[in-house]
Amino acid sequence: MAMKISKNKFNDRLSMNLDNDFMRSAVSSAQHRFQTRRSTAIESLDWEQWRNHGEEIRQHVLEHLDYYLYELSENVAARGGHVFFAKTAEEATNYITNIAKEKQAKKIVKSKSMVTEEINLNTHLEQLGCEVIETDLGEYILQLDDHDPPSHIVTPALHKNKEQIRDIFTEKIGYTASSQPEELAQHARQILRQDYLTADIGITGCNFAVAETGSVCLVTNEGNADLVAALPKTLISVMGLERIVPTFEEMEVLVSMLTRSAVGQKLTSYITVLTGIQEELDVDGPEEFHLVIVDNGRSSILGGEFQSILQCIRCAACVNVCPVYRHVGGHTYGSIYSGPIGAVLSPLLGGYDDYKELPYASTLCGACTDVCPVKIPLHQLLHKHREVIVEREGRAPISESLLMQAFGMGTSSQSIYRFGSKLASTAMKPFTSDDKISSGPGLLKNWTDIRDLPSPKKERFRDWFDTHSKGGRS
Amino acid sequence: MIKNREAFLQTIATQLGRSTPSLTKPERNWKHLPQHEVLKGASADELVEILVEHCANIHTTVKICTQLTLKQTLEEAFATYNNGQIIYSEDARFEQLQIESFIAAQQSFKWDPTQGDMNIEIAERANIGVVISDITLAESATIMLQSSAQRGRTLSFLPENSIAIIPKSSIVPRMTQAAQFLRKQSHVASCVSFITGPSNSADIEMNLVVGVHGPVRMMYIIVEDV
Ligand code: SF4
Repeated sequence: MAMKISKNKFNDRLSMNLDNDFMRSAVSSAQHRFQTRRSTAIESLDWEQWRNHGEEIRQHVLEHLDYYLYELSENVAARGGHVFFAKTAEEATNYITNIAKEKQAKKIVKSKSMVTEEINLNTHLEQLGCEVIETDLGEYILQLDDHDPPSHIVTPALHKNKEQIRDIFTEKIGYTASSQPEELAQHARQILRQDYLTADIGITGCNFAVAETGSVCLVTNEGNADLVAALPKTLISVMGLERIVPTFEEMEVLVSMLTRSAVGQKLTSYITVLTGIQEELDVDGPEEFHLVIVDNGRSSILGGEFQSILQCIRCAACVNVCPVYRHVGGHTYGSIYSGPIGAVLSPLLGGYDDYKELPYASTLCGACTDVCPVKIPLHQLLHKHREVIVEREGRAPISESLLMQAFGMGTSSQSIYRFGSKLASTAMKPFTSDDKISSGPGLLKNWTDIRDLPSPKKERFRDWFDTHSKGGRS
Repeated sequence: MIKNREAFLQTIATQLGRSTPSLTKPERNWKHLPQHEVLKGASADELVEILVEHCANIHTTVKICTQLTLKQTLEEAFATYNNGQIIYSEDARFEQLQIESFIAAQQSFKWDPTQGDMNIEIAERANIGVVISDITLAESATIMLQSSAQRGRTLSFLPENSIAIIPKSSIVPRMTQAAQFLRKQSHVASCVSFITGPSNSADIEMNLVVGVHGPVRMMYIIVEDV
């Protein structure tokens, strides 16, 4: 899978996803649960102070990124690891596929990693004839389902219900039991256990790399990353160039903030810090370790007005509060990065041609900014994108007020509307001429349809929305 | 081996407005350090209390015993998990806690670096893995294990049931203290694991399933060793 997950245009993706009732109610209830858990997990802390600290750590690292990458690479090498700096996705995939060739690898086990999806690593390895197995349960499900794209950056299979998952297991891996999550997970456990034991290469992402020691820190609940890193003889970790901290002390702070913000846990079940290759007499752990540091468009964000997006620790807290994500689901964004973080990052990494509508998939309500553990001004960055796009295109690709009305936010949900209009009023000024709904050409037409025409789609959406907003959860 | 570093760092330096990449360690002058305030001044007993309370949230059974009753507690724990093959690490603290010979007398295997992959094979079919926590975090009910030749990484991952013995003296407020400890080490273990309860996943309709890739059940035994 590459970063781009759909060839369809934004408006087609939108109408497809508005038709998916299960997806929307799943997203809505997931958001609610994520939010509750997060609030509980931070309630005993002076969270604003934590956010200030999280922000200062991330800003400091970005300001000194050249130094910290230097220090990191020295320390990885000192512990017997190889470091490869990849300017482009292609350089990264070439390097990794060459390792696979050299090792004559047949089977590769992977733990969840957004950056390997961004660089489309699996496809390249599969073209080589390797069997590549995603071991995170959510990713495993999506992979079995003919590479269905992820819809959430933390729980990628959020859009699937357990019956669909049972059907996928039945069709693809000879599953015969019920749709109980326990039974499904047990089956996956048995199959994947054998895969860990027989894989030639393990590939992980990297939540945080620690410059001072050359360590890679992995955060999971399932423990899959640990087995991926412990059993195969060759380990490759892939990281975006910004995912670095100076020492264990800052790692600790950001891990604590990540797990709270992402899943509302004080810590996830497994926080694993890997340093170098196995040591003398060690029985498990890799004999060979490669750290691949990927740029792929990130360095050009540095030093510019979007630099703060590189502070991101991929917790998805912004996704979990976003009213637009709630309505349209992850796939509408057309990128592996969805929600507010995706709406800011995808156009930067993937270009405006593919992603110019995304900065408009926001009410600019600022809920994302308020919840972000590292204080990225997400809604301001979205606004900045719009300015850039308008300058470039001479017009907005879509009208914001139309967008809000399309989601029923103007009338059905006062609270969201108020929320939305807090900042939107100034942000919308340049587009007010687009307010005339019926005259919307091209892309706008779809919004017009949703808003004005009594299509079945519209009815279901409204019904759904009303029920949920009356439940007090909107 | 390090490849392509120079050009890569030069690009970054240029973006950051520097003519060449910086090679001097920057000062870290943090304005905020909220992590030091968490559970500040809590007594050893209070830390135990916090740890025990949090175990309910992480699907972990917790027992408290003294050094005198440890053997019996462990025996009961093995029985709870239906005994069977046990694997444990080579760790002088088993002897200090006077349970080494008891465990050795069970159907057990002590991790042995001279036996190579056989350790992994035994861990894979073992019913119970037993380890002693190096540092224990009260706030999140987390044990910390440093890998070594005597304690492989997979020992605490592969068996279906996992028992962690927690010396009371190993309990600190939170990960902050563990990070400080690790920074002071002249050599960091190749794998440091912070483990908080059994393996789990919420990937299917956000229902929590316990026991996905690692242990299905977990028990902490806190020993009053001080
Ligand atoms: S932008 Fe902030 S809230 Fe969103 S994923 Fe990144 S760190 Fe989390």
